[in-house]
Amino acid sequence: MSSDMRVVIVGASLAGLRAADELRRLGFDGPLTIVGDEPYEPYDRPPLSKAVLLGIMPPEHATLPARTDLDAKWRLGVPATALDLEDNRVVLGDGDSVPFDKVLLTTGVRARPWPKPEESDLDGVFTVRTLDDSRRLDERLSAGPGHVLVIGAGFTGSEIASVCRERGLSVTVTERGPAPLVGALGGVVAAVAADMQRDHGVDLRCGITVARLEGDGQGRLRRAHLSDGTALDVDVAVVAQGSIRNTEWLAGSGLAAGPRGVACDAGCRAFDLNGLVTDNVFVAGDIARQPHPLYDYQLIALEHWGNAIGQAEVAAHNMIHEGLHRRPHLDIPAFWSSQFEVNIKSVGIPTYSDQVVVSQGSVEERRFVAAYGFRGRLTAAVAFNHGRWLDFYRGLIESAAAFPPDFAVMDRTDPWEVRSSELPDPAILSHGPTVSVTGHLPTERHVEFVSAPK
Amino acid sequence: MSRAQLLERITDQSNRANPYPLYEELRETPAALQDNGSYLVGRYYDVAALLHDPRISSDLHNRRAGMPGADRADNGGPAFIRLDPPEHDRLRRLTTRQFGPPHMPGRVDSMRGELADLVSTLVDNLEGKDRIDLVDDFAYPFPVSVICRLLGVPREEEPRFHVWADALVASIEPTRDSDSDAKMKAAQQAQMEMGMFMAGLIEERRKNPGDDMLSGLAADHHDGGLDTLELVTNSIMLFIAGHETTVNLITNGMLTLLRNPDELDRLKRHPELMPLAVEELLRFEPPVHLVPQRTPIVDVEVGGVTVPKGSPIVLALASANRDPERFTAPDRFVPDRADNQHLGLGSGIHSCFGAPLARLEGQMALNELIRRLPNPRLVEDPPPYRPNPVLRGPRHLMVDCG
Repeated sequence: MSSDMRVVIVGASLAGLRAADELRRLGFDGPLTIVGDEPYEPYDRPPLSKAVLLGIMPPEHATLPARTDLDAKWRLGVPATALDLEDNRVVLGDGDSVPFDKVLLTTGVRARPWPKPEESDLDGVFTVRTLDDSRRLDERLSAGPGHVLVIGAGFTGSEIASVCRERGLSVTVTERGPAPLVGALGGVVAAVAADMQRDHGVDLRCGITVARLEGDGQGRLRRAHLSDGTALDVDVAVVAQGSIRNTEWLAGSGLAAGPRGVACDAGCRAFDLNGLVTDNVFVAGDIARQPHPLYDYQLIALEHWGNAIGQAEVAAHNMIHEGLHRRPHLDIPAFWSSQFEVNIKSVGIPTYSDQVVVSQGSVEERRFVAAYGFRGRLTAAVAFNHGRWLDFYRGLIESAAAFPPDFAVMDRTDPWEVRSSELPDPAILSHGPTVSVTGHLPTERHVEFVSAPK
Repeated sequence: MSRAQLLERITDQSNRANPYPLYEELRETPAALQDNGSYLVGRYYDVAALLHDPRISSDLHNRRAGMPGADRADNGGPAFIRLDPPEHDRLRRLTTRQFGPPHMPGRVDSMRGELADLVSTLVDNLEGKDRIDLVDDFAYPFPVSVICRLLGVPREEEPRFHVWADALVASIEPTRDSDSDAKMKAAQQAQMEMGMFMAGLIEERRKNPGDDMLSGLAADHHDGGLDTLELVTNSIMLFIAGHETTVNLITNGMLTLLRNPDELDRLKRHPELMPLAVEELLRFEPPVHLVPQRTPIVDVEVGGVTVPKGSPIVLALASANRDPERFTAPDRFVPDRADNQHLGLGSGIHSCFGAPLARLEGQMALNELIRRLPNPRLVEDPPPYRPNPVLRGPRHLMVDCG
């Protein structure tokens, strides 16, 4: 496929690299530029909160393999600062700009920092998102800190707490919600995660936030003050309060880009602010907000490893195919985590549910499958040390099977107990409006961004 | 009517050398009801789905009375290959603790040196011969020695194990014939004798533990540990599964390479391709062709066909592996095939326990054979096959060298 088409990929991580790989695999031989704000070659992030932090995997082993004939121009260590869709160029932080015919946006997310800079600057306060973050925290954990505080018990926070316990470190976890992982898995399954943490010696404090981090006067972290008025002496605090999508640089580009991501169609083509689909701007990975037919076509952004790969491949394909030859991204979302000797796997979207039932195995033994349903339809399944069954549930989700499941399975004889999944109604918007429509004549009407109220 | 007889034709020895046209016929229907009440399934996506289906049991107690295999439910003791969760999971987990990660991450890898020595000694013995039987001279003795060392069975006992293993394997069959009762009796006898021997060996390992798997299993009290019956039954199962399959992998592998001399030549020049080539062999000529002992515990639907609760389901892995809906040019041997998610080692909770060892054995054996055998040529094609349609492979593979 001889081509003069210039492709630029902004974001040199899993999605960006995978898309580049796929473009070449599909025979695209035109000029390809990959822009990344970090100085490193693309690397894999799942080990950063697991094996690397345990000290059993050298950080450099996280580098992602790439095909040898990628033949790309790399612009690493420099962020993209703007996308100019009038001139079709990506503006870089060093003042340079890169012209394109087609561009793929894969800038991902960053760790949400501790909100008070004077506290987050203290020596001993960490976030974990990048290779450097993980390397630094590994060094600190290896030095044997007296007490570690993990702020936030989502997947990253819980995995880090697990690593700390495996390293024999004493650790407190604070979680604003009623249990770890509650935002992703709902209250019923999250209660199991809470037991898991406590059984492994984590000092887990739910319904608690950290009010203030206190230094020792020399710039080192000394103490954390909690919302219940108590204080803890800590040497290390890991801030694991979720992430922020790297979309600020797209402000002014005219794309439907904001804090929730960049809206796109099922073929990864970005929408502009007016809701018109573009034909030369593609988006993949953590920032892509994509409609999924099985989830009522809602625009959903997923920070999953497999999602980044699936979208990257579809985006690459659609960059070099037209019309009916384009492909939709219709994978069933899936993710995994490993913590406290349990391998957690999920298919579907557990937050898209109103009910849950333990469909296989035993919660007591922490080997089970929980099936999630929304308005009578199976929408997700989560396995604790039972992941080999999930392909079956993937099939049920794809075929819009009824919920609760009404069949016998081998490893369950108790009657099914269907409970509320203890998640917010997915039909309710989690964010307020961020745009307004202006203009009066049909030819004038267009959409503008409004800042979300703080 | 001929479709109803498909299982019989697949089982018929005269079709052993090339059952693939029958599988092609099988794939015309999603689930083919046979005269004996079994349902034969051979399309990739159906087989894969059934391997992951929690309504499909591996325990013959779930067969309806009168169905093939129902009378064998109590044979052979609690081997995890014939059990369902949660019992299956507990036994497999305890066994895995002595075999692989996370508790024994180095078990297979640490055997590389031994494996290389075994392979090279066996090939040394072939040197200077004009004609060899690849099965008797190499493909059988190699994995038997490996599994004996892994489990901790003394080498001098190997011949007795050989006899027992033959009797046990002969009784694995998806259909009954006039010899079935005799084969069953012989298998029960072998199981008993082998069990007595294993029990003695386990007692011995309890007193004088070594670094072998039996010693580890006998000493492990995690989760309540394995009781003696569980230990004996499962170690016999590992012994059988640990070599009867690998023999076929190596023999089918050499046969396939000798039939594809250009590919043999390429692998000789690029031994680093062998791991991929072994995956392709597992797809193209899998050591296990059929999984005969699955039973749905409720009515299940397979491609629009309802399979009633309690009916035998026979999963044709070798057919799924050649399904053109899943693999491009499925009847071609492509050693560096991309996207090769074959079912040669099964899938789901019963996927091959010994897979990492089998792969390594296959890779090392084939690399050494093609590196050192001078100008190997098939004496007869097809070679004579073992009678077993489940564990399918040549009984002999005569090769001329020099």
